[in-house]
Amino acid sequence: MLKLPIYLDNNATTQMDPRVLEAMTPYFLEHFGNAASRNHPFGWEAEEAVDYAREQVAKLIGADPKEIIFTSGATEADNLGIKGVFEMYAGKGNHIITATTEHKAVLDTCKHIEKIGGEVTYLQVNAEGLIDLKDLEAAIKPTTILIAIMYANNEIGTIMPIKEISAIARKHGVLVFTDATQAVGKIPVDVNKDGIDLMAFTAHKMYGPKGVGALFVRRKNPRVKVTAQMDGGGHERGMRSGTLNVPGIVGFGKACELCMLDMESDTKRISKLRDKLETALLLLEEAYVNGSREHRLPHVANISFKHVEGEGLLMGFNKNIALSSGSACTSASLEPSYVLKALGLGDDLAHSSLRFGLGRFTTEEQIDYTVKAISDTVIKLREMSPLWEMYKEGIDLSTIEWAAH
Amino acid sequence: MSYSEKVIDHYQNPKNVGTLDKSSKNVGTGLVGAPECGDVMRLQIEVDHATGMITDAKFKTFGCGSAIASSSLATEWLKGKSVDDALKIDNMSIVEELHLPPVKIHCSVLAEDAIKAAINDYREKNGMEKIRFEESVVH
Repeated sequence: MLKLPIYLDNNATTQMDPRVLEAMTPYFLEHFGNAASRNHPFGWEAEEAVDYAREQVAKLIGADPKEIIFTSGATEADNLGIKGVFEMYAGKGNHIITATTEHKAVLDTCKHIEKIGGEVTYLQVNAEGLIDLKDLEAAIKPTTILIAIMYANNEIGTIMPIKEISAIARKHGVLVFTDATQAVGKIPVDVNKDGIDLMAFTAHKMYGPKGVGALFVRRKNPRVKVTAQMDGGGHERGMRSGTLNVPGIVGFGKACELCMLDMESDTKRISKLRDKLETALLLLEEAYVNGSREHRLPHVANISFKHVEGEGLLMGFNKNIALSSGSACTSASLEPSYVLKALGLGDDLAHSSLRFGLGRFTTEEQIDYTVKAISDTVIKLREMSPLWEMYKEGIDLSTIEWAAH
Repeated sequence: MSYSEKVIDHYQNPKNVGTLDKSSKNVGTGLVGAPECGDVMRLQIEVDHATGMITDAKFKTFGCGSAIASSSLATEWLKGKSVDDALKIDNMSIVEELHLPPVKIHCSVLAEDAIKAAINDYREKNGMEKIRFEESVVH
């Protein structure tokens, strides 16, 4: 029996794997010690558990355990990575290069840096969501200290050419930071092969608990340092003070171990389901995939259904299917997704988009149900849409002078 | 954000979806909003010349659930009203009836604008002067 509601918003967060919870439970109850308590068994147990998790996390991304700084999540890791480099390397320069499609945790951090005397270049992306490597190289100047480009986009799943980006950075002696929140655990990420100097990621996007994430900080070739953004007990090698979230970290470690074990089989199964969903939905007229289909995360699809509005569309089935839309009709600004707009999509198409994030627990039955529910709703709403009627009558909508609104 | 039951009901069972013959002299058509803003409403009224009564009303809307509900409700209210009474429909009564939250007030404004635009279209077609409305404040 199909159980409703169906969860297809795995880019927002994922359901925790029961095996992760199982690993965490003892660290809430009997092993509750503070990992910084050096003088008794409670502290020793906690420290041991954190060390083991640090190895599990490091292994997934090909890092050394000493290069893992635990944080409260990816947003904190983004802040620590970018602001920490900006402060630490102030003597070298003040210029950061990023892209317009980054997550708000990176963009707003960069905005903050501009306010405190930094200079930021925001690279445009093409229709697929990819930056132009020539633009990147041209933007580098003697004062450039950091390139902050995400590994994979949260709305469209587009995977950036991180290896090529880091090769350019290395040539110019610039550090590379990447927000890999959506990529780690889903596709192979190796900080050495990819040439990454700093990387933010989080547990809850890979079937781990919320409230724990990590910043990878390279220790060799080159040795990278960040200025701490929080004062306190000097935990995490002085880079991030605060009592460690031991159960969370244990869960994060377990989640990483499971992702490593299951990545190949998960990817194979999930991408097949994604392709099935996408193929079926593209049978609808005037349906378009947003972002690159070639350089894309295996579990993501972002599709616009022309002449129906995303929020109205969601309302047709959101009791039964959890999805998100690029239409920001719920926000006061009424602005649609800035990521979709950066691809050059018109506001109308951006308003008409749905984001699908499949995951480890997605089943074929759920996909079949979703295809039917969405197709039915799109057809129903188009019957109700004046734009669809005009389109069907052959009227070019761009020639209409819309009343100012 | 959760919708009120009335919005959900109008969304699931919209009243008076459809198209009237816009070339007909007794039909007034109002098309308001813009695709870039995420909502476009087309509201049409059919008027009995002799009595000045609205005999039919239809809509089509591209937009969120609240926009669809606002236009559906507007057509219900328009049917059987005189054109003069239709002019008195105020967006705030739509807000109250549908329990629209503040971020959705613009949907009701759009519906009010659509009513006015339809009436003016009817008036213009029939040699009457267009009514000049004050610019809506909320957009």
